[in-house]
Amino acid sequence: MRLRQLRALALVPLLGLLAGCNMVVMQPSGDIAVRQRDLVIASTGLMLLIILPVIALTLFFAWRYRASNTQATYDPDWHHSTQLEVVIWAAPLVIIIALGALTWISTHTLDPYRPLSRLDASRPLPADVKPVTVEVVALDWKWLFFYPDQGIATVNELAAPVDVPINFKITSASIMNSFYIPALAGQIYAMAGMETKLHAVINKAGTYEGFSANYSGSGFSRMNFKFHGLDKDGFDQWVAKVKADGKTLTREAYLKLEKPSEQEPVQYFASSDQGLYSAILNMCAVPGKMCMSEMMHIDAMGGAGKESHHNRERLEYDNRHAVSGEEGDAATVPASGRPAKGDVQPQGMKPDAQDPAVKGRGEAPDAGHDHSGHQHGTPAPAQLNH
Amino acid sequence: MFSNLDLQKLIFGRLTLEAIPYHEPILIITFIGVVLGGVAVLGAITYFRFWGTLWRDWITSVDHKKIGIMYVILALVMLLRGFADALMMRAQQAMAFGANEGYLPPHHYDQIFTAHGVIMIFFFAMPLVTGLMNFVVPLQIGARDVAFPFLNNFSFWMTVSGAVTVMASLFVGEFARTGWLAYPPLSGPAASPGVGVDYYIWALQIAGIGTLLSGINLIATIVKMRAPGMTMMKMPVFTWTALCTNVLIVAAFPILTAVLALLSLDRYVGTHFFSNDLGGNPMMYVNLIWIWGHPEVYILILPAFGIFSEVVSTYSGKRLFGYASMVYATVVITILSYLVWLHHFFTMGSGASVNSFFGITTMIISIPTGAKIFNWLFTMYRGRIRFEVPMLWTVGFMVTFVVGGMTGVLLAVPPADFVLHNSLFLIAHFHNVIIGGVVFGLLAGITYWFPKAFGFKLDPVWGKMSFWFWLTGFWVAFMPLYILGLMGVTRRLQHFDDPSLQIWFVIAAFGAFLILLGILSFGIQLVVSVLRREELRDLTGDPWNGRTLEWSTSSPPPDYNFAFTPVIHDHDAWWDMKKRGYDRPLQGFRAIHMPRNTGTGFILGVLSIAFSFAMIWYVWWLAALAFLAMFVVTVGHTFNYDRDFHIPADDVVRAEGARTALISGRA
Repeated sequence: MRLRQLRALALVPLLGLLAGCNMVVMQPSGDIAVRQRDLVIASTGLMLLIILPVIALTLFFAWRYRASNTQATYDPDWHHSTQLEVVIWAAPLVIIIALGALTWISTHTLDPYRPLSRLDASRPLPADVKPVTVEVVALDWKWLFFYPDQGIATVNELAAPVDVPINFKITSASIMNSFYIPALAGQIYAMAGMETKLHAVINKAGTYEGFSANYSGSGFSRMNFKFHGLDKDGFDQWVAKVKADGKTLTREAYLKLEKPSEQEPVQYFASSDQGLYSAILNMCAVPGKMCMSEMMHIDAMGGAGKESHHNRERLEYDNRHAVSGEEGDAATVPASGRPAKGDVQPQGMKPDAQDPAVKGRGEAPDAGHDHSGHQHGTPAPAQLNH
Repeated sequence: MFSNLDLQKLIFGRLTLEAIPYHEPILIITFIGVVLGGVAVLGAITYFRFWGTLWRDWITSVDHKKIGIMYVILALVMLLRGFADALMMRAQQAMAFGANEGYLPPHHYDQIFTAHGVIMIFFFAMPLVTGLMNFVVPLQIGARDVAFPFLNNFSFWMTVSGAVTVMASLFVGEFARTGWLAYPPLSGPAASPGVGVDYYIWALQIAGIGTLLSGINLIATIVKMRAPGMTMMKMPVFTWTALCTNVLIVAAFPILTAVLALLSLDRYVGTHFFSNDLGGNPMMYVNLIWIWGHPEVYILILPAFGIFSEVVSTYSGKRLFGYASMVYATVVITILSYLVWLHHFFTMGSGASVNSFFGITTMIISIPTGAKIFNWLFTMYRGRIRFEVPMLWTVGFMVTFVVGGMTGVLLAVPPADFVLHNSLFLIAHFHNVIIGGVVFGLLAGITYWFPKAFGFKLDPVWGKMSFWFWLTGFWVAFMPLYILGLMGVTRRLQHFDDPSLQIWFVIAAFGAFLILLGILSFGIQLVVSVLRREELRDLTGDPWNGRTLEWSTSSPPPDYNFAFTPVIHDHDAWWDMKKRGYDRPLQGFRAIHMPRNTGTGFILGVLSIAFSFAMIWYVWWLAALAFLAMFVVTVGHTFNYDRDFHIPADDVVRAEGARTALISGRA
């Protein structure tokens, strides 16, 4: 008895640890994530109906029929029972039928492409609500957000008003990433030349973590941003601040921005070039390149025949950095001559703060963006890998 | 000057001295360790005059038992490498918080997690599974070898070549920094211009050929070479799972070969299958690789299920409950494993109907899997359970695996997957099923069949130590990852900002340390068992009171396995024979027809290492030469008519006589 109490006591600090941690997936602040959380709990509960008895029975049978227990029945030839067979196939089947129904319904109602139908469990969508549209671009290795209705753009900072539906349109400029704000809603991939969609709403004001959830290269670990859920006035002020502080995101500025860089500070742009997001999505932000939409139009019209080989160069995209004399992201030997696995920083990675001599061929990422006017991010911590 | 440069390129391709990481202390120490270890092993082989035996009895052997043992040795060696990677990752993640960058910069850390995944799946789990199937299946079906003995030897050496290629990347150049499935465009020529992805491609291509051929071999063996009377529904369950696994291998591995071939075309000749531009589509790669990748996890788990079936019925002293439903469950899993691959990328934006279809098919797999668990449960019911080490692994598996199964079904619900995908919850899930299912099963299998292979049992004390360290280590290492996943922490991160996460990573690192103790205990167990082999000796050939045919022959079995091909009347053939009062035949032995050893497989393996190395470093002349040599050796081998021989009847009489003396000497 005493031993048992002691054991229970030993569990207390563990529980304290659990209570102390912020299980954002279990305590989200947006309706979509809340419903996804509810689904996690409901499915787990359904499955525990069968898992717990199985674990208990395993341990019980193992103990009961141990060789030293000669009291227990031993029936070496018993190996079939139709009733039992029916039960062991039917019991999981029943659970899966229930879970399958739950899956079919929830997958359709929580489809990220489906516009919202409510603000939260108690409030339907107001008839006159105007959603906020955000166009998201995953760059190596930072996030660029366009607000087409407000005309502004930001890097590594996202904000949205509370209780207003947000329509995300998501693409990538190069590598596949995954756009994920756990407090807001589930993730969806960001892929070059393609647009994925996500509909969500934030119900509680606050600052939340956002990041890429799909590994995309050296700068991946620091490809995160803050998502601010703000009240109506707060959001308007935020937009005004971006407009006041920001510069213009021209095509040239974008082409500089999209070069691989790590731990990019927050940047504000009061305006951006017309159609820049569409150009990024169609892989024609680089001057002289043909937009995919144009190519698809040509193809739809039956193709351009033999002449189309002229278009080939205009459609090349992945090699745009290599063409301008820059090697691939974080390339080492033999692509760059930099030793493999060495201390020398490959291109696109943040420079070494302690020893400026140890630096890649590329420029220091911060240096190229002084035009943003201010820096919100903390300075890069020291690199301790040498 | 210029002509010099060209000459160097011509001879060495893109290989330069820069590729040797002599400035990296971790690697230099590793390299020195490998060299010293290698010198010690080679010295020992020379000192004990083992070279001749090594070549004649092992390297050139076509004996399925020896090839099986070599596969297992390869797997255990690669486990050490893969686990060292795991420890480095756990250490990095436990320390890299805030201002502390840890000790691995991203371009090194990224190689380590890629290598960990590739090595554990392709060069630890796969060879171990193949090795056990190779050793056990012919014995279980009463055959004298596999259907194509040379092919078996060739498959093994191709697997070794793949492993050597991966290991070479440690000391020459670098490995891929892409994650273990190398998604483009990250793995494409623009984003990964180095040799890392090429190492990845060629290692998998070469090992994949070995796996595919061994799959064909074992299917032919099981279908055509069963002892008379052993109908399909009388086959041991392990043989059934081996059959299904090999069907999966033959159906799935060509897809991997094709998708890697397309990726290498993108990288070598500038095609655009998986690029962003010019009509390429990276989603196609993700799709194709998972059509292989999902069956792959069933390729690993099905034989483990088979092992548990054998173990649970042997140590419960009871016939397996629900044999027929076990077989049907296995077959259903085999078929369904082809209908679920999309659940690996629900987040790619397929429509709700597509996502729910694949989610529900995934859940359906849990029905036959659940039935299997119940079958093991009711085999224990009214048994007399002896808790030998393999049975401990089985009970540990049943308790651990159901939790992994549950989180797996949870991840199959698409909206739940949206919040858990790519998180540490996912990492915890698949380690839960792979360690708790595959690894526990394979370790149970090694302990179970070890006396059959070597004639003495493994020391049970160290075996139990290993089991308890692995079991507690697993729970301590991966439960924190489930929690971290629910805290919204994603996988493959080299550095963290939030200091409140650190305690969980420290706990996980401690769990990994416990698993290390489990692996060390296993190593000590091997050494102690060899030292105590006389006490642990098995003279009967049937140390566990077994049920299937492999226990009817001596331990270790003679080269020919069975002097007379047994005739099967019931399930659990050996149990049935014992029950009917089986008498070992003592006379009437005849000469036995056997395949002859050949060095061709080894030579082809060495040539394929040269070929892949040359392709990776663009040494085109060597690639052409090695390929030509492979072609010549292959064609040459078809003219080798000296492929078989007869073990003379006198030798059989002598071997069987010795066994009779052993058995009666003991009695």
